[in-house]
Amino acid sequence: MSESRAVAATRDASRTVTSGLLAWVWPGLGHLYLGRFGKGLVLMGSILALFVLGVLMDSRLQLHPGLEDPLALLFSAAQMGVGAPYVLARLLGFEAGLVKSPTYEYGNTFTAVAGLLNILVLLDALDTARGVKNR
Amino acid sequence: MMRSHLVNLVVFSFLVSTVFATLLRDTTRERLKFGAYAFAAFVLSTLVIGWITNPFPR
Repeated sequence: MSESRAVAATRDASRTVTSGLLAWVWPGLGHLYLGRFGKGLVLMGSILALFVLGVLMDSRLQLHPGLEDPLALLFSAAQMGVGAPYVLARLLGFEAGLVKSPTYEYGNTFTAVAGLLNILVLLDALDTARGVKNR
Repeated sequence: MMRSHLVNLVVFSFLVSTVFATLLRDTTRERLKFGAYAFAAFVLSTLVIGWITNPFPR
């Protein structure tokens, strides 16, 4: 492999990793980095709207790192998929939720689905960076 | 906020359909068509399941 090809391959790998990281850190940011502005903004708006509405509906954002409750661990992992907004919401004091709230379960669903959708967005950003998807 | 089940259903369906349509289709026209289809499927299937499960106690 020539030196220029090696440099190009390194640059492509760096671009892929950066887009993946950005996509996880903030929904839609990976696509914006790749120049897919319209797609990135739509994804960012939709996922952030889902997450913020979930938090406002008293969703619980507590961490469950142990294996004593595997379903709670999976639920935490799903919520963490949304990246920095999850951390921000916890720092702002929204981690406890409100179990007695009538919208508590809706809030949990909204925040978990926002995280899961962002994982799909992350995979799409990786495919776009690698040239598997063109749009 | 948002205590209405129907409003929650509609908002959730709209946002999730938007993400699916954006990820799974390539052109604006295809995205609009797929998004509308997915939205209708979400809302209608939930209403049908709600009707079916209505006679059963909690």
